[in-house]
Amino acid sequence: MNTRNRIIGMFVLLLFASAMLFAGGQGEQQAASGGKEVITWWALSSGGGAEDPRQILREQIIADYEAQNPDVTIDLVMLDNEAFKQKIQVAIQAGTPPDIFHSWGGGVMIEYAEAGMLRDITDEVKNNLSNRIGLGPLGVYGYDGRYFGSPYDMGAVGFWYNKDIFAEVGVSVPETWADLLRIVPQIRQAGYVPIALGAGDKWPAHFWWVYLAMRMGGQEAFNRAYDGRGSFADQPFVRAGELLLQLNALNPFQTGFLGATYDDQGALMGNGEAAMELMGQWAPGVQAANSVSGEGIGDALGWFSFPAVAGGQGKLTDVMGGGNGYVLGKDASDAALDFLDFFLQEKYNVELVDVEGIVPVVAGAESALEGNANLIQIADAVANAGYYQLYYDQFLPPAVGEAVKDAVAKLLAGVSTPAQTAQEIQASWQANK
Amino acid sequence: MKTNTLTKPGTYKTLALLLLLIGPAFLLFLLFVVMPVVQAGYYSLFNWNGIGPLTKFRGLQNFGLIFQDQVFHTALINNLKIVAISLFIQLPMAFGLALLLGRNKFRGEAFLRSIFFFPYILAEIVTGIIWRFIYHPQFGVPTILSKLFTENGGEIGLLGDPSLAFGAILVVIVWKYLGFHMIIYIAGLQSVPKELEDAAVVDGANKIQVIRHVIIPSMKSSFIISIFLSIIGSFNIFDVVWALGQGGPVHSTETLVTYLYNFGFRRFSFGYGSAVAVTLFGICFVFNLFYQRFIVSEGRHGKN
Repeated sequence: MNTRNRIIGMFVLLLFASAMLFAGGQGEQQAASGGKEVITWWALSSGGGAEDPRQILREQIIADYEAQNPDVTIDLVMLDNEAFKQKIQVAIQAGTPPDIFHSWGGGVMIEYAEAGMLRDITDEVKNNLSNRIGLGPLGVYGYDGRYFGSPYDMGAVGFWYNKDIFAEVGVSVPETWADLLRIVPQIRQAGYVPIALGAGDKWPAHFWWVYLAMRMGGQEAFNRAYDGRGSFADQPFVRAGELLLQLNALNPFQTGFLGATYDDQGALMGNGEAAMELMGQWAPGVQAANSVSGEGIGDALGWFSFPAVAGGQGKLTDVMGGGNGYVLGKDASDAALDFLDFFLQEKYNVELVDVEGIVPVVAGAESALEGNANLIQIADAVANAGYYQLYYDQFLPPAVGEAVKDAVAKLLAGVSTPAQTAQEIQASWQANK
Repeated sequence: MKTNTLTKPGTYKTLALLLLLIGPAFLLFLLFVVMPVVQAGYYSLFNWNGIGPLTKFRGLQNFGLIFQDQVFHTALINNLKIVAISLFIQLPMAFGLALLLGRNKFRGEAFLRSIFFFPYILAEIVTGIIWRFIYHPQFGVPTILSKLFTENGGEIGLLGDPSLAFGAILVVIVWKYLGFHMIIYIAGLQSVPKELEDAAVVDGANKIQVIRHVIIPSMKSSFIISIFLSIIGSFNIFDVVWALGQGGPVHSTETLVTYLYNFGFRRFSFGYGSAVAVTLFGICFVFNLFYQRFIVSEGRHGKN
């Protein structure tokens, strides 16, 4: 072989080797653990870092499972809320979703399911999970009669308030929107932030508009807008914006709330600087994690449901909320399904109440709420809801969810009117349904 | 007899060696640069959610929508503002610093250089988090200053105010990249022949005249590279802006790349997002061509 051929040969070899580098990724999964099956699990952290109690509990559950199933290894990845949303989109787009991953059900999940990225577990849900978990909560993870996952938590968004501040200022829990408007200036006068809001993250602000729309129009208005008999530009939705502006005019939120994150919101509550926040069942944990003491305000924390609005069609028992749960990626094995089933035991659902502040969905686990008056109130609100609305940003298609959040932020910033807000949302719904 | 250069045995070897050396890099370039650009161009013609099959052909409609979108205009203007701030404030400041700190004239120069260079070493996202604290409306620096020095000073929420947020971000950008350009200029300064400066001084030039007529012309290539990097960097800026407010409040701090992320990725509108990416690529590409053709080659001639 002469020099020239040798060099060309080397070049071909090099090309081949670099091609192998790319192909190499595929075989990795089975080879890495010596015949063991590896299940990847993406879960949400509470922002507590290495000491994150959510992670500690999950690692414990994994250890329990691996002890019983020595041929399975579970690879846990804990991610912050926003980081998770970004990472999962990339994974889905690449066609390689993790085996088990966090979900809020609803529109985003449906988008994944329609693209064939999720494993259909309808049989498992019907034959097994539904014996333990109510079909109500499971419904959030279903679509078109098929199920793709299960919640382990199903709660409600409501007002968290600081009882000490309320007592000091001398105000009581507002029962109507007018009451709320009345107490805000009093709390401000006393030197506290009346309401903490992280509108920079947008979704905490969209809760306000959605709840007001629900109180104004009830289920009927939403259904009409959703099925096209009416629209999101109808009177109740416009009125929701007007009411929100009434509140905003009282300067109820902290300075710079339009640029604040949800963590900032939690810190204000957890440090006892703000009197109220509108947030879901997980709020106490986030308040604690972001507070200076690391413990939040403890027993001073109370809960009440979104007040009634005069002249509204919605009932006081109508609830907006959602839960946390897991879905299975398209390539998830039976072992992954088995592990999800293992995770959804009463025992662990009970432990999650303490660690994550969940409202349990597994039968029998509700006993764990004993002594936790706030979570019992939330569980009752969920149980008694005639109309349970999943948060718009999860229920509606992602493009519309983003449009709702953007529109509400503009409304609060004074850039658009209530009518324009409603129009923008309707336009996005028209374009994306 | 004169042999054709291409059939020379030695040239074959050279060619093979060349292929061997650039081959892998070229392959990677094709795979990770050229292919994605071509793909994005293709996707930009569809209404596509990023996960399903490509079925809804839209032609050039996406581009029409982009140019009609008010938020895109804001993003583009913001990018141009970053370019302007970089060219007219950041680079002159960096040059000034280089003149002060690049000539080993006094003790502590190296230390001061490190201080100015330090922000550049920080990860973009860390920079964002640090400055979120500095700007924090409840306990940040502006609030503390206003309470200290004004009569009825209160909390100042720069990042929450649509009219101030972008200005606050511009400060961070200048702070972060100043040191990088300073280092380029310091390196450039060292290539200025000392004899030239001395000669100018002997001829009676003052300091300003030395800088204007000797140093600046000799550092032309440093300016060319720093201006180029500055402009391309300004168009591609993302992390810092994202960490400081995700393009908000109400899209006031949106740049082209945050716009791409907010309106492409987050909404599952990958066709639209691809169209934004293609537009951004087009802007950078045209600028690059223009710059290479007129400025860089000009610079070379100037040197000759």
